[in-house]
Amino acid sequence: MESIPIEHGLILASILFTLGLIGVLTRRNIVFVLMSLEIMLNASGLAFIVASARWEHAEGQVMFLMILTLAAAEVAVGLGLIIQMYRRFQTVDINVLSEMKG
Amino acid sequence: MIILFYLAAVIAILSTVAVIVQTNIVHALIYLILSLLAVAVIFYVLGAPFAALLEAIVYAGAIMVLFLFVIMMLNLGQHTRDEERAWLSLKGWIAPAIMSSVLLVQLINALMRYDYELAPIQVGVLEVSVLLFGPYVLAVELASILLLAGLVAAYHLAKK
Repeated sequence: MESIPIEHGLILASILFTLGLIGVLTRRNIVFVLMSLEIMLNASGLAFIVASARWEHAEGQVMFLMILTLAAAEVAVGLGLIIQMYRRFQTVDINVLSEMKG
Repeated sequence: MIILFYLAAVIAILSTVAVIVQTNIVHALIYLILSLLAVAVIFYVLGAPFAALLEAIVYAGAIMVLFLFVIMMLNLGQHTRDEERAWLSLKGWIAPAIMSSVLLVQLINALMRYDYELAPIQVGVLEVSVLLFGPYVLAVELASILLLAGLVAAYHLAKK
């Protein structure tokens, strides 16, 4: 049976997480920001699955299910906020939200 | 199996890069679905078939359809694409990319110390369900309350 080094799985998870972080930091369209947040959540789920495979136990998969639930709830609320923002400002540029300060 | 892992890993990384540099929002969404499906393949290779199925059904299916509906509702067309082109300047990219790369190098540096070969055995739906309805039943209930709260909040926020 061939085997995969555990660090390759974890490095893949950290590469995906970093790509999502770059997306969150650089994009100005709020839909892209939400998509990058999804990438980051998914990467952390991947890390949990790798850990689950390491200990040959199902608890990592349980944590992945919790992350999945969290992602679903977060996306529902986030997309509702995006719709509301588009109604008020007619744009998806997050920079217009800086008007809220003060 | 091991070839499948590295193939899916390369596909996941490339399509995720395509997501964050894409200007057309629907193309970005399609690339994101491709990335999630590649991660689902990785889950299967790592011996988690239940998680792989949920990733394909819930993430690549339900959540992405939600995104698609919102993109359709907002009617983001050609002018958004032109705006995106203008926003994606190199100057805005370079500093966050460098700082995130430093973070990535440190992470890889820390992770390289682990030296363990995964010989994945299948941990199927039975083991996961025994845990979900045994010691983690309170977490499942809390997750359902979280979903209910998300439902109510989304309804309230998206209302006119």
